Order: sequence, then C-alpha cells, then structure tokens
Amino acid sequence: MSAALFDLTPTEDQQMTQDMVRRFVADVMVPQARAADEAATLPAGFLDQIFELGFSFMPVPEDLGGAGEGRSPVSNVLLMENLAAGDLSMAVAAFAPLSVINCLLDYGNRAQQERVFRVLNGSAFVPAALALHEPGVITDPRAPATTAKKAGDDYVLQGTKSMVAFGADARFIIVTAMLDDGVAAFLLDTDNDTEGLSFEPEQYMGLRSLPLFQMKLDKVSLPASARLDNDFSIDGLLQRGRIAAAALATGTCQAVLDYVVPYVNERVAFGEPISNRQAVAFMVADMATELEAMQLLNWRAAAQLEQGADCARAAYLAQRHASKYGMKIGTDGVQLFGGHGFIREHPLEMWYRNLRAVPLLGGLVLA
Amino acid sequence: MINLELPKHLQDLQTLLRQFSKDGLRPLSRKYDDLEPKELPEELGPLSELLAAGRKQRSAKNSAGENGDAPQSEVRNGTNLSTVVGASELCWGDPALFLAMPAIGLGNAAVEAVATPEQKQQWGELYAAMAITEPGCGSDSAAIRTTATLDGDEWVLNGEKIFVTDGYRCKQVVVWASLDLELGKAAIKSFLVPKGTPGMSVTRVEHKLGMRASDTAQIVFDNCRVPRANLLGDPAIAKTAEARKKAFGGVMQTFDNTRPAVAAQGIGTARAALDITEALLRERGVELAYNREYAQLSALENDLYDLETEYEAARLLVLKAAWMADNKLPNSKNASMCKAKAGRMVNTVTLKCVEICGQLGYSKTELLEKLARDSKIIDIYEGTQQIQQLIVARQVLGKPSSELK
Repeated sequence: MSAALFDLTPTEDQQMTQDMVRRFVADVMVPQARAADEAATLPAGFLDQIFELGFSFMPVPEDLGGAGEGRSPVSNVLLMENLAAGDLSMAVAAFAPLSVINCLLDYGNRAQQERVFRVLNGSAFVPAALALHEPGVITDPRAPATTAKKAGDDYVLQGTKSMVAFGADARFIIVTAMLDDGVAAFLLDTDNDTEGLSFEPEQYMGLRSLPLFQMKLDKVSLPASARLDNDFSIDGLLQRGRIAAAALATGTCQAVLDYVVPYVNERVAFGEPISNRQAVAFMVADMATELEAMQLLNWRAAAQLEQGADCARAAYLAQRHASKYGMKIGTDGVQLFGGHGFIREHPLEMWYRNLRAVPLLGGLVLA
Repeated sequence: MINLELPKHLQDLQTLLRQFSKDGLRPLSRKYDDLEPKELPEELGPLSELLAAGRKQRSAKNSAGENGDAPQSEVRNGTNLSTVVGASELCWGDPALFLAMPAIGLGNAAVEAVATPEQKQQWGELYAAMAITEPGCGSDSAAIRTTATLDGDEWVLNGEKIFVTDGYRCKQVVVWASLDLELGKAAIKSFLVPKGTPGMSVTRVEHKLGMRASDTAQIVFDNCRVPRANLLGDPAIAKTAEARKKAFGGVMQTFDNTRPAVAAQGIGTARAALDITEALLRERGVELAYNREYAQLSALENDLYDLETEYEAARLLVLKAAWMADNKLPNSKNASMCKAKAGRMVNTVTLKCVEICGQLGYSKTELLEKLARDSKIIDIYEGTQQIQQLIVARQVLGKPSSELK
C-alpha cells in the first residue's frame, strides 16, 4: 500500500527539463517539422542537437558513464510528451536510442550495458532501435513469427521485422524472436552480426521523416551473450512501449489542440467566429477533456512502472485511450479547419496521418 | 512527485466503505427500487448516522485539508479527495440509496457554510434539500421565477419548485428565490425553510426511471413566510452590473466543488456494473489479462477493455479535479471536464454491461438493469452533459457566455 500522496506535480528537476525541452521544441522542432515530413528525412543536424541535450546520459549509472539520475519512466513520459508536441516523427527518432538504453537497464546484463552505453553515450549521436513489429496483418508481438534456434553456443535467428528505425545505420538493434520456451530478446550489433542481415526502406502513411526499414534475418547467428537474460519479459517490454506510445500521442494531441483553438476563434462564418457555435465549441471541449484524460491515464501507468508496481492494466488502458482518442482528436482537428485542414499548408493533415500510428508506436520506443 | 495512487488514509476509507456498501446497501438495492417509497427506507436512518459518525471521527482526527496519516507536505489530499472517494464507494453499494442518505442532504453544505451557531441550534439536525429547478427553468438557473419579498421582519416566498431531491423526506428546504426579477442573477438568494412552515407544501412525488429509493418532490410556496435571518449569506444585491455578475459567479463557483462529487457517483456506479459483469463473464471463462493485442481480442473482450478505459479515464479526471480543489488550484474547467466525462461514461458503461450480459443483464435477477436506469440522471443533474461541455468550451476557448451561448 502506497503511503505517497496523490500528486500531479512534476519534480523540480522534471520541471526544469520540461522548460528546456519546450524551448528546444519551439526553436528547433516546430519550425522544421513540416519540411521534414515533405522531404521524408530528418532535418540536418537534428539528431546531434538531441545528443547534446544529453537525455541518453540521464538514466545511466555513473559507473557506466552516465549521469546517474536513475531510471524514471515518468521523466521519460514528460520528455516524450514535450518532444511529440514538436513533431512525432522527430520525437521517435530522438527517443529510439534511449529506448534501447531503457530496455538494457531493465533487461540487459552488465556486459551488455557496458558495451552499448559506451557507444551510445560516446561523442556523437549513434542510432539504435527496437525491432518488435513484423510485417502483415494479425501479427502478435507476444508470439513473433521470427524464430531463434540454439545452435551450439549461438542462436540462429530467422524471420522478418518491420518498422525498424534507422535500418542499417542503427548500431544496436533489440530483436524479439520465438525461442522454445517463449519470446526472447537479443541485442544485435550491426558492426559484427551482419551475416544474413538485410534492410529495405519502408514507406508509411505518416512518420515520414523517420527512416523506417524492413529487416530480414536470414540465419543470422548471434552469440549467446546477445540474449537479454536479466528477467526479460515480453509483457513488461510491451507495457513500456504502450506507455511510450501514449506519451507521444498526448504530445501530438496537445499540438493539435493548441493549433485549433486560435483558428476557430478567428475564423468567421455567418458573421461571427465559428467557435461561437456549440457544434464547433463542443468538439473543442471534448478534445480538451479527452486529452486531459489521456495524460492522466498514462501518468498513472508510468508512475506505477517507476514504483515497481504492476502497471499492466494502467499501461494497456493508457494506450487504448491514446489510440482511440488520439485519432479522434487528429481527425477532429482536420474537420474543424474544413478544407484548409486537408491542405498540406497546415500541419493538421500531418498530425492526422501521424496519429494513426499510435497503436504501433509501442514497438518503436519504450518509456 | 507524480503519483496517481491513493494514499493510505484514502485506501483505508475505501476499504471501510466498501464493506459498509456490501453489508449495508447491496442487500437493500432491489427492495427499495421495487418499492419506490415516499418515506425514507427505515434502514437508511441508522446507516446514515453510522456514516456521519465515522466522518466526524475522521475529521476530528485530521482537521480539514490535512493528509490523514501520510506525512505532511505541501501537497494536500484533503476533504475534496476524500469526498469523491467516499461518494464513489457508496455508489458502488447503491447510487439510489446513497442519494437518499439524510447525511448527504444536498442543502446541508450550503447551510453549514453560512449559518450562525444560534441558527444551527434553532434549525436542529440538518437534513436539507436543495430547491433550485422550476417548471420553466433547469440549467438556466438565472431564469428563476420564485420570488422573495421582505415584509417587516419576514421574507415572503412565492413560486413552484420541481425535481427537489429529498423534498418529501427532508427536514429543511434550501430554496433559491429572486429578490427582484428585474435584476437577474445577482438578485437570486437562498433561503432556509423548515418543514411544516405554513405556505410551503409538497404537492407531488415523482415516479422515475431510476434512483427510486430517493424521493424527488414538487414543492409549492404560497405566501410562505420565514424569518429575515433565514436568508443564507449576504442579503445585499450588488450595485453595479459588473459586481452583480461577480456575485453570481461566486454562487456558481460552489459548483466547482460539488461537480466532482456528483461525477464520483458515476465512478462508483460504473465500477459496480463492471464488477458484476466481469464476475458473470469470469464464470464463463472470460478473463481480462490486459496484455493482448487488438487483433487477438474477441468482440466481447474488446468492448470490456473499452469500458474499462472509459471508466479509468473518468475516474482520474474526477481525482484530478478534487485534488486541484484540495490544493487551492482553480478547477472550474476540470470540475466540468470530470462531470462531463463521468456522466457520459457511466451511462455508456452501465448500458453496455446490460447488453453484454444479454438475457441476464436485462433481467431483474441481477442489478445491472437497475444501475443502467440509475445512471442516466448522473449525466443530467448538477449540470447536464451539454452544460458541462459549454463550461469547458468557454474556458478552453477563452470565451464569455455572451459569445458562446
């Protein structure tokens, strides 16, 4: 039973980080998001700027070269909310390596942590990614089609993954595969484990500036030391993904709401602002209400995870809410702008496309 | 530090009231729904006293706003949070019996806030109903037509009130009346009228869709005279239009604290329906594990997860609004958000539970059909869904009521 009080106040450190991130978002991300989507590539220098902000150092213990701030899903959620308010694709790119770090902090052994943290927290941004998704319909991350077979001291992986950020540029990739005794996760080092590994770029409805790849594993042999063996749990991993997805949805929806409010107040029809009409105003009221609920559901899940409590239900519900109402807010945003929402001059159609990705984002990033 | 779990003292309260609900309220649910009695169900008197005594004991231990046994800090988990937690747990027992509890008389708080010790002595034990709605005005309380005219040392009340919860059973009625119909909202004041005062008569008790254990009455005031001091609060009418607007705003602000409490009724009622539904389905092998992908779910499971999502969303909105009130943060927007969400949620959830459970859900064997009838009013009273949306919209859009009507 928790003695702690119900409280919605971020810590002072979290507030300071938020202030800093919000400035970065306003100065760097918002102005470039639209062009990046059109160009289907991340803005030049963006990942280096992210690296300089130092998020990847924060949770890593000092003896592993980090800042020793501790593993904080709540801080991660606040960070992802803020970054996604700038741009969802860029936020996922920025958070992908930190997701690998989080995964190793939770499920990796000391040797894996040492090996990866040294590289990802080196002198420049190094891409890293998760490979949980598989191509096709009715796929199930809790029963992947990709298999791992024990062969001597090695594991041999066979299968295809999808939505792998950065592709061959990702130095480390966490891959899930079906082993005899359930789902296992492996740390793949693209500098060494390249035999049988190939990548093809993928195109999606949204997330356009984020480089996503299909990854084929054709008898890829990984050493036994590649397996994440520190109490790995696929359900635990997916919970962390659900929380991340909901945080990204929350930020994106905040951007939609912030963009819609001034427009409906200024846009005149029949002699007065359209927001004077209940049909319009009530849509805005519901957007704001569900956005608030989305954040609270996810904060609860993140706080439970941080406290070491069972967050299965909270994380599941947070992502369900974010998937459903995130898309609703996305589509209502376009609707409120009418034809202008359909035009690429405004970011609404981009948010609409990006918000359809919310149910999938948990396979790309972890809180 | 962000934490959305309830502290120990509120979890203890939950446990206590859950037991009370199980043992005290549930066994009476069906009986009084069938009877739809005019009189207070006889068991409710003692049950209500038990609750009131417990509340007194707790508040003596922790003066208002403190954190129970939790360490003192700048953050408060006080009266507003314990009120919503309490209301929710009791409505899990039975929303109609909760509403009928004399100890929660809707007018009690209004009286306690302003009455002098002598008046409290004179008026005796409080069981006060709130009479606001009239045949010609509901949400638009500024359109009240009941009048109060000063005649010597007495107010003379004239008018007709409807939908007065507890109106038949209560011991006092707090009635909203206008001192001057020309001056609009600012001239509306509330008056305490003890039962038995000549000129006040209960003319009708309604038959309802749900909440049948609670009485809903029509009350007529025909030259009903009360002492001058029975006007609750400040008798002056603000001089300027601006001051008048502000005065009524003050009146409406009291709803910032009561809306989350009413929303909490929706939380407990929905939880009750979900618990019954999930228990029935568990017997048939349906178990919610909160770990499977959308494509792996049956339609039934998908519906249940949806309902759980809506429930949890509303619950957290209620807790936030109450937490803001405890911590003196302006919560008008959040109070309306939580009432809007909880109102529509409880209606959706209870109706869907009936549907999901098929024949048994619709039958009077289970309480699901009753909860689905009880729930509808939660999206109506204390400000309808549409009124809450209007308040939220005005706040989010920064619009006055003159523009967003």
